Amino acid sequence: MNKKTGLKREPLTDAQLLMSITIVIFILMYLAAMAFLQGGFLHPQQIFDMLNDNASLIIVSCGLTIVMIGAGIDISVGAVTSLVVMSCVLYLNGGGNIFGSILLALGIGLAFGVVHGFLISYLEIQPFIVTLAGMFFARGMTTILSVNPQKVEHEGFAALRDVKIEINALGYTAKNGNFVPARMELGVVVALLCVVVIFILLKYVRLGRNIYAIGGNQQSALMLGINVKRTRFISYVISGLLSGISGYVFMMHTGAGNATNAAGMEMNAIASSIIGGTLLTGGVGNVLGTFFGTMTLTTIKKIVVSSGLNDPWWQSITTGGMLCFFILLQSVVLNKRSKSKK
Amino acid sequence: MQDEVLLQMSHIDKRFPGVLALNGVDFTLRRGEIHALMGENGAGKSTLIKVLTGVYRMDGGTITVEGNSISIHSPQDAQNNGISTVYQEITLCPNLTVAENMYIGREDGAWINHKDYEKKAGEILERLSIPARATQQLGDCSLAVQQMVAIARAVDMKCKVLILDEPTSSLDDKEVNMLFKLMRDLKAQGVGIIFVTHFLEQVYEVSDRITVLRNGELVGEYLTEELPQVELVAKMIGKDLDELNDLGSAEEKKTSDKEVFYEATGLSSSDALPFDFQIRKGEVNGFTGLLGSGRSESVRAIFGADKVTGGAVKINGKSVKITRPIDAMKNGIGYLAEDRKRDGIIAELSVRENIILALQVMKGLFKPISRSEAEAFADEYIKALNIKTASRETPVGSLSGGNQQKVILARWLLTHPDYLILDEPTRGIDVGTKLEIQKLVLKLAEDGVSVTFISSEVEEMLRTCSRLIVMRDRHIVGELKGADLNQTQVMKTIAGGEA
Amino acid sequence: MAGNIKKKFSGGLGQLTIPVIAIALLVIFNLIRDPSFFSVGLSHNNDGNIVLAGNLISIINGASELAVLAMGMTLVTAACGGQDISVGAAAAIAGSVFVKVLKTSPDISGGKVLLAFICACIVAMLFGTFNGTLVAVFKIQPMIATLILYTCGRSIAYWINGGATPTISSPIISAIGSFIPGIPIPTPVLIVVAMAIVFKLVFKFTSLELLTQSVGINGSAARLNGINSTFIKLLSFIILGVCVAVSGSIGVSRLGLINHETLLLDIEMDTILAVAIGGNNLGGGKFKISGSIIGAYVIQMLTITLYAMKVSSTDVKAYKAIVIILLVVIGSPVVKEKFGKFVSKLLDNRSKASLKGAQ
Repeated sequence: MNKKTGLKREPLTDAQLLMSITIVIFILMYLAAMAFLQGGFLHPQQIFDMLNDNASLIIVSCGLTIVMIGAGIDISVGAVTSLVVMSCVLYLNGGGNIFGSILLALGIGLAFGVVHGFLISYLEIQPFIVTLAGMFFARGMTTILSVNPQKVEHEGFAALRDVKIEINALGYTAKNGNFVPARMELGVVVALLCVVVIFILLKYVRLGRNIYAIGGNQQSALMLGINVKRTRFISYVISGLLSGISGYVFMMHTGAGNATNAAGMEMNAIASSIIGGTLLTGGVGNVLGTFFGTMTLTTIKKIVVSSGLNDPWWQSITTGGMLCFFILLQSVVLNKRSKSKK
Repeated sequence: MQDEVLLQMSHIDKRFPGVLALNGVDFTLRRGEIHALMGENGAGKSTLIKVLTGVYRMDGGTITVEGNSISIHSPQDAQNNGISTVYQEITLCPNLTVAENMYIGREDGAWINHKDYEKKAGEILERLSIPARATQQLGDCSLAVQQMVAIARAVDMKCKVLILDEPTSSLDDKEVNMLFKLMRDLKAQGVGIIFVTHFLEQVYEVSDRITVLRNGELVGEYLTEELPQVELVAKMIGKDLDELNDLGSAEEKKTSDKEVFYEATGLSSSDALPFDFQIRKGEVNGFTGLLGSGRSESVRAIFGADKVTGGAVKINGKSVKITRPIDAMKNGIGYLAEDRKRDGIIAELSVRENIILALQVMKGLFKPISRSEAEAFADEYIKALNIKTASRETPVGSLSGGNQQKVILARWLLTHPDYLILDEPTRGIDVGTKLEIQKLVLKLAEDGVSVTFISSEVEEMLRTCSRLIVMRDRHIVGELKGADLNQTQVMKTIAGGEA
Repeated sequence: MAGNIKKKFSGGLGQLTIPVIAIALLVIFNLIRDPSFFSVGLSHNNDGNIVLAGNLISIINGASELAVLAMGMTLVTAACGGQDISVGAAAAIAGSVFVKVLKTSPDISGGKVLLAFICACIVAMLFGTFNGTLVAVFKIQPMIATLILYTCGRSIAYWINGGATPTISSPIISAIGSFIPGIPIPTPVLIVVAMAIVFKLVFKFTSLELLTQSVGINGSAARLNGINSTFIKLLSFIILGVCVAVSGSIGVSRLGLINHETLLLDIEMDTILAVAIGGNNLGGGKFKISGSIIGAYVIQMLTITLYAMKVSSTDVKAYKAIVIILLVVIGSPVVKEKFGKFVSKLLDNRSKASLKGAQ
């Protein structure tokens, strides 16, 4: 064997390849938007706005990516987020404190994760049906708690909500001469932290690699000595926990609970994961890709709005189109790869 | 070193409901030897391996490793006792790196040190001269290299006994040589290797000893150099060579002299190498050869069951294109597949529905067979083939193997084929049913139907076929008819002519 | 012994055991709660027609769209081993097309309604073909493939309407949506009956049932018997498209308007549930359309029962979720196996005990 092989760069793995495609498309799209649409796209605040608005989506997408890598699905994330928001708002308005509300959010998320994980991995019920029931339950509970929108009245929370990280270097001077610094919400920090933690979990922690293994080939994973059931169980628990965090971040962004909060979030999260290169069949995915998936999805929506397609339907039609494009791309790219291997 | 006994299995019994799969089998593996385990289908080799690896629990007997008696209840137990298996299908994760595949699921602790794994894996790969990089994604390696990585994992787990179950069946010649080199290296390091394969030449190339099983019993243990190939085949199939010579040529069967029905030239598929073949009307021919010789793949190509990649086909002298099963069916060809469960029965549907399926498909979506017609057909064939079923509405999955096979036969007979391909129609069914099926084949031929008959039992083929095509290592190596149609000649041709 | 009893018990009904038991339990529960729950009476509706009224009628009437969709979904499930989650969105599109064609001129005649329905059918079948192609040709899991249309379907409907929620008022439309003058049975119920008959006839005059089940149970064997699985799967999606158009049109006619946001909202989940309750394996294979239809009525009866118990329409979901989980847990192979072991252990102990007693 040649000693030089050690220095040779490895070809991209499936996950890296799909993620790279997404990142390239994201950058090209953003550059194109800067060149042709200008406006907000020229200011760094545009990116911060996208992050501020989508912090909780990024968090649940991370959870979905984990579950999807393990060849499962969790469609309850949006509904759980909504339930967490409503519960925490009512708790705070009922005289609760901040610390308690955070525990409540995590507790609700964890409870959903544990029940889903148990039913799916130990009772071997189809994940789609289980998390569908979870979604129904969470949505129903939200309206049972309150049909009407509830605003947080808690003062301590209001202070927490208004914490904004200001970055002067990326600010700009508005038309009226005032200097506007780039503003980032606390929730974005939480979201980015989640991305980093999950990235490390998936890459450097045994549990993470085991999730890849069960998604890649469940039978093999069993033969290799991995506890498949426990690993799958934990993947749903993590997803549930992240839904809890996402709920809290959502509340920090909106400051109010509403039964229709986070409607359709699960589908946006699945779309983010798919666009970011998570394979539908499991075993392949990358949480950084998911992050860029969310950003790509958001950018295209912004572009649609900025380019004058103001009609409300264009956003989701383009989302659907994007999703179709990426699903077909995955199918074609991976088919080609498996053929060239033979 | 070669005489030190590493693994001793004595008087192993294994019963399944209604079958004695292993009957007092002994097996001895010495340190630093490659020991081939041979036998045709149903001989009990895979049962023996599964007992050893803890997939099955044995019903009687003892296993000792290095003189210590051990009990194996799970694959994990086997591994802890230094027994590792590399299966035919790769049981690794293609989406992880080579290094990860060697270490995942083995060590405790929450964190993974990729650098450390890659370094350790790199050393083992280099020591065993495996042409893979530790950082490479396993799925990007060729199948042979993936297999070697699985072996490297076993070696790194300090295995003393390495079981290779059909490791070469999807490798090409170059890859096989790579694997053999690795096997010899391990042998030199004192590992005992059990090598299960269907390829005779590979056995002679690499193994030191051969143990032959037949019908769940031990036939014997032989030194490879002392056992000629033709004798090995005879032992596997169950006839001593002397006995074969005595049998000589039984009655000579007339080959059909009617016109040619089907003719293929250079036919090839994704799984079969190009071959020429023809069959006359009313003729019964057979494809023979050991498992993996390409006999099934060839007939699958005729039926269009695998992706057809080349060749010209004529039926009744007219050029036709057969690329899908439906093309073959429309040209009057029927095919009873080798794997009844996977490719034959629709288990949850009734006997009636299973019987009319092929005819219904040929008639198409808009010409349904009416319920009363279907019932009449089902009753007719249940009676004609003596199918034992509670009623025609019983789900076919609940029938016995032989009766399931008859249902599928009925399905094809109902289409009134001109040419019927039967791949192992008698496997795993009782003797009575076997004879019924053989009689049926001869009767079909009398009625002018061409039949291709494949069976692992040569005797059965000699009784029914008037012409045998012999395959070895995916090539046709001979065509026997008339006086040549006897056991000795068949054995010789399968084994490779010499001896 | 226990096995025999069980076999005898389930043998008569087979696959329909679960839905029939579910419906029986609901009926008994309601009769205990309120003996007059199922009383059916005659009343005059707004148009002055004498019509049937009562909880039972509103259950059967209200489940119509669901029942029609469940029929098509059963076929897709059987052939592809997965479900279409875009039926609600596709129904909104079909409904929009239906209204769009009706709105081309002010007068609405019977022929025009027929034309509108045919247009809705064609569009829904096209979207079915799109889903089916992704599933059958590109081999994408049905749920993921139909996620695309689920995401953007309602917006496409909105786009077709041009950003409005147009209303239609015509005696023909209200006849379709509620009652035909002189007939006391709600028209949607008649449409369900008609659709069920059409399916029955399709299965009688084609071999679709056999071929679909073969593809779903054993794809490999189906292929070797010459069945074109791609076509069968595609066809199941196209047939579901017809069901989507029918239920979309019923929904629109019932309300007299098209609202892309709320028309048959969340019905995809109920439809999948109806198929599952009907005793059909969500992993594909053998199916019974009648089971799914009963499943649809079970869901609607559950909903109406909850309404009658003063549960608000938005909260119903939470209770439904509990029922779904109970059903799937009972149906789970792991639970069945554990329960079976438990029962046989119990019987064992008892027989041992009786033996001891005899000694």
